[in-house]
Amino acid sequence: MNIHEFQAKQVLRRFGAPVPVAHEASVTTPDEAAKAFTALGQPRAVMKVQIHAGGRGKAGGVKIVSSAEEARAFATKWLGNKIVTHQTGPDGRIVRHMYIEEASDVARELYLGLVVDRKAQSVAVIASTEGGMEIEEVAAKTPDRIMTEPIDPLLGVSAFLGRKIAFGLGLKDKQVGQFVVLLSALYKAFVETDASLIEINPLVVTKDGRVICLDAKMSFDDNGLFRHPEIRELRDPNEEDPAETEAAKFDLSYVHLDGNIGCMVNGAGLAMATMDIVKQYGAEPANFLDVGGGASTEKVAAAFRIILSDQRVKGVLINIFGGIMRCDVLAQGVVEAAKQVNLSVPLVVRMEGTNVVEGKKILAESGIKVIGAADLADAARKVTEAIGVRKAQ
Amino acid sequence: MSILVDKNTRVVTQGITGATGQIHTRACKEYGTQMVAGVVPGKGGTTFEGIPIFDTVEQARKATGCNASVSYVPPAFAADGILEAVAAGVELVICITEGVPVIDMVKVRRYIRDSKSRLIGPNCPGIITPGECKIGIMPGYIHKPGEVGVVSRSGTLTYEAVYQLTQLGIGQSSCIGIGGDPIVGTSHIDSLRLFNEDPKTKAIVMIGEIGGTAEEEAAEYVKQNVKKPVVAFIAGQTAPKGRRMGHAGAIISGGRGTAADKIAALKAAGITVAMSPAEMGITMKNLLEKR
Repeated sequence: MNIHEFQAKQVLRRFGAPVPVAHEASVTTPDEAAKAFTALGQPRAVMKVQIHAGGRGKAGGVKIVSSAEEARAFATKWLGNKIVTHQTGPDGRIVRHMYIEEASDVARELYLGLVVDRKAQSVAVIASTEGGMEIEEVAAKTPDRIMTEPIDPLLGVSAFLGRKIAFGLGLKDKQVGQFVVLLSALYKAFVETDASLIEINPLVVTKDGRVICLDAKMSFDDNGLFRHPEIRELRDPNEEDPAETEAAKFDLSYVHLDGNIGCMVNGAGLAMATMDIVKQYGAEPANFLDVGGGASTEKVAAAFRIILSDQRVKGVLINIFGGIMRCDVLAQGVVEAAKQVNLSVPLVVRMEGTNVVEGKKILAESGIKVIGAADLADAARKVTEAIGVRKAQ
Repeated sequence: MSILVDKNTRVVTQGITGATGQIHTRACKEYGTQMVAGVVPGKGGTTFEGIPIFDTVEQARKATGCNASVSYVPPAFAADGILEAVAAGVELVICITEGVPVIDMVKVRRYIRDSKSRLIGPNCPGIITPGECKIGIMPGYIHKPGEVGVVSRSGTLTYEAVYQLTQLGIGQSSCIGIGGDPIVGTSHIDSLRLFNEDPKTKAIVMIGEIGGTAEEEAAEYVKQNVKKPVVAFIAGQTAPKGRRMGHAGAIISGGRGTAADKIAALKAAGITVAMSPAEMGITMKNLLEKR
């Protein structure tokens, strides 16, 4: 789960990380923007569009303002309107929140990130002297300017490790101590909120020598959200695909894609493989959908409804290899959902595994038009043929 | 021979009275696995279908000599369950549970490093040596005793591969699902090493997916160490960048971890790559017939 910059800064502030003085809540109207500027009481302030995508500055979504009227005008320009950045795609995003904080005089821009490092099997710090650029770009062009340091989970951030990175970033004097405290605060925030990413880009040294988090991005491990109600509240459904939000309610793992074959599969690996084979047979998957192991009839029915709510779907492929998932439960769910929605597209079902005989029987006796498939390749062939796509294999 | 489990393996189920624990303990027992104990805190002294239940793993180990554990404990308590089994000295700890927070697994991995236990999972189907011992949630009937080792990050895709092999008359030495999470106890490389050292295993199927660089590292390992034929498949060739595909580990970030990168690395290591998920079995068959 991703959150907005202003929310990330609220979280980091709570853990003692230095962030610019700000009007902590977002503003959602031009009037609020003008009032927030006045309340902040600074001669100059930075206003930033809040969307779950980067590239806001280049798209004109960030501005320094020096009066309440200027703040009102900039808010009027963006709120309720669309912003297109290199990360939003051509459709852009509607701006619903803006953030206002003190303007900082920047002497140096650095990069600091915390991620789960699969190789080190721990949280790792990524730091670079090249702040303000995308870290992937730095990694490609000047990998020698990136430091990666794993953090031992039994020790946390040791002072020596903090100093090592600080010196590596070219910090000196009081900045070194400030950095060690800052890194410890970020690590504490990471571990205690079940984050999956904290990215401070840029981390800046101000002209008066302070080290502060000028921008902040946080993502969270969905598996850890159950123990953080305060983080769950930060979810912004406007930034998420409505079908994906609906799927999340039923604990379904769904990703909306651009194709025309709706896919319902159990297991993430098999779901990806099913998408792959649909493409190999000349069609495009409309979605990734893993109904999970212990799916109930209701869950399967919800999955089926969500897939069919996508107008682009011209055919549906159900591929189930029952382990925990029982084929009879799956079949029951499909029958139930097909009763609720008016099934007007071809449906291909391939089932194997636990209770497969019972599952096939339920489908056969349901009266729903189901195209049965013997195996994975047969299923892909039949669903693509059913929608009129043919590709020489 | 086989890897990690055989007819002598004695298994304790952690969370034996939960719905999932019950179903799969029963199925494993029916398959012929020695299911010797269950653990549910507070239910010690009772039984589940003749299997004695204990309050702690330590008690279960003392009383039954169990040398493997399988856990269906809910995500919030899964890490603690693993730690309990490791602390009790259980040699093989298998965590089936899906949805374990990554931060919990970071601590678990660090703790296990200094122990003698091996962890498989979490978020995995378990391990099976066909005809001898099934620990986990895989459907037993699709397997056939034989000489091909199967290792995979995905559960149902493993079943798919095994099913294809069995349909073609090719049996399996052992099949291990290592789990789809970013941090798991046993890696592709660990599994490849075990299969490579197992005299019964003549060939290996390795199934990977997008995200991370585990498959690339495995490819390098095969190139350096493995003389047995290896067939690989990578799921997620059509996955878009930056989106998590179900498994917490399956995300392509910053252009790394793509299926194309992994396939290139595997091929460069001399591994035969099945391009379609429907061709994992036949690719192995063709490779075995060529030799």
